[in-house]
Amino acid sequence: MLHFEDFLPGRSYPLAEKQVTAEEIVEFASEFDPQPMHLSEEAGKASILGGLSASGWHTSSMFMRMMFDGWLYNSSSEGSPGIEFMEWKKPVLAGDTLSGRSTVIESRALRSRPGIGMVKFLHEVENQRGELVMRGENPIMMRFRNVEENAA
Amino acid sequence: MRLFELSPPGKKVITGTLVFTAEDIVRYAKKYDPQPFHVDAEAARNYVFGGLCASGWHTCAGWMKTYIAYWQKEVARLEGEGLAAPKLGPSAGFKKLQWLKPVYAGDSVTYSVELVETRPLMSRAGTFINMTVCDGVNQNGETVMRYEGTVLEFA
Repeated sequence: MLHFEDFLPGRSYPLAEKQVTAEEIVEFASEFDPQPMHLSEEAGKASILGGLSASGWHTSSMFMRMMFDGWLYNSSSEGSPGIEFMEWKKPVLAGDTLSGRSTVIESRALRSRPGIGMVKFLHEVENQRGELVMRGENPIMMRFRNVEENAA
Repeated sequence: MRLFELSPPGKKVITGTLVFTAEDIVRYAKKYDPQPFHVDAEAARNYVFGGLCASGWHTCAGWMKTYIAYWQKEVARLEGEGLAAPKLGPSAGFKKLQWLKPVYAGDSVTYSVELVETRPLMSRAGTFINMTVCDGVNQNGETVMRYEGTVLEFA
């Protein structure tokens, strides 16, 4: 299992691949973001997004799952206090295949929580044409493998 | 009508309240964020958050859900008064998203949006970018989520 000590700056962890289906786009949008371009191909084509496109929050949610399945499941994650920025750079359309990676930017021990450190990542998601569709940075809390070492 | 005419900068608009049931928290998390503290109340006790709590992305999606419901009503109201509602488009992203407190099972979150500024988009004539501050406050008056958002608007 990956712990705080493993996340050295520059290390990169692949996200799991994700097939984006029309059904899932419509299902997410129906519950959380029922705008026409997220609900039908026709309305999506008529919008500046150019087709049935995922809600930005759906793209972020899919990224979360891609990260979980890619590497987070095998880590000592304790969750995250937030996202420094996230850019939805291109529409994510039905039929797209997404992939990407999380790269460590920096890490530090938390004084307020012994045994836990904060690891900051750059996350990048691309479509099947290699176009960057989403980019963001965020810190994730990770438990140390060796707490004594941390305290020393 | 432009958005700033409807909601001038600094005016906070309450968009709605969402109750986060354990069932909804687990249903969302099983699809998108199956970390133990989002899917298993028992396991959650051994993590920093200390109890079953919503994925931060679920909290954000909840903001969008109340916003769209608010906006659809607002558009209908304006049209009913014979006014042209602002033509809002997609968002290019957000920054400074903070999950300030966990949203635990049973919490209710009241969301709001506030326009900060609007400016023309240089790359696309007749299009504006609106910067907003969005937040969510729980039933105890604690802010659980806050971010700076953007939304396009067409003239």
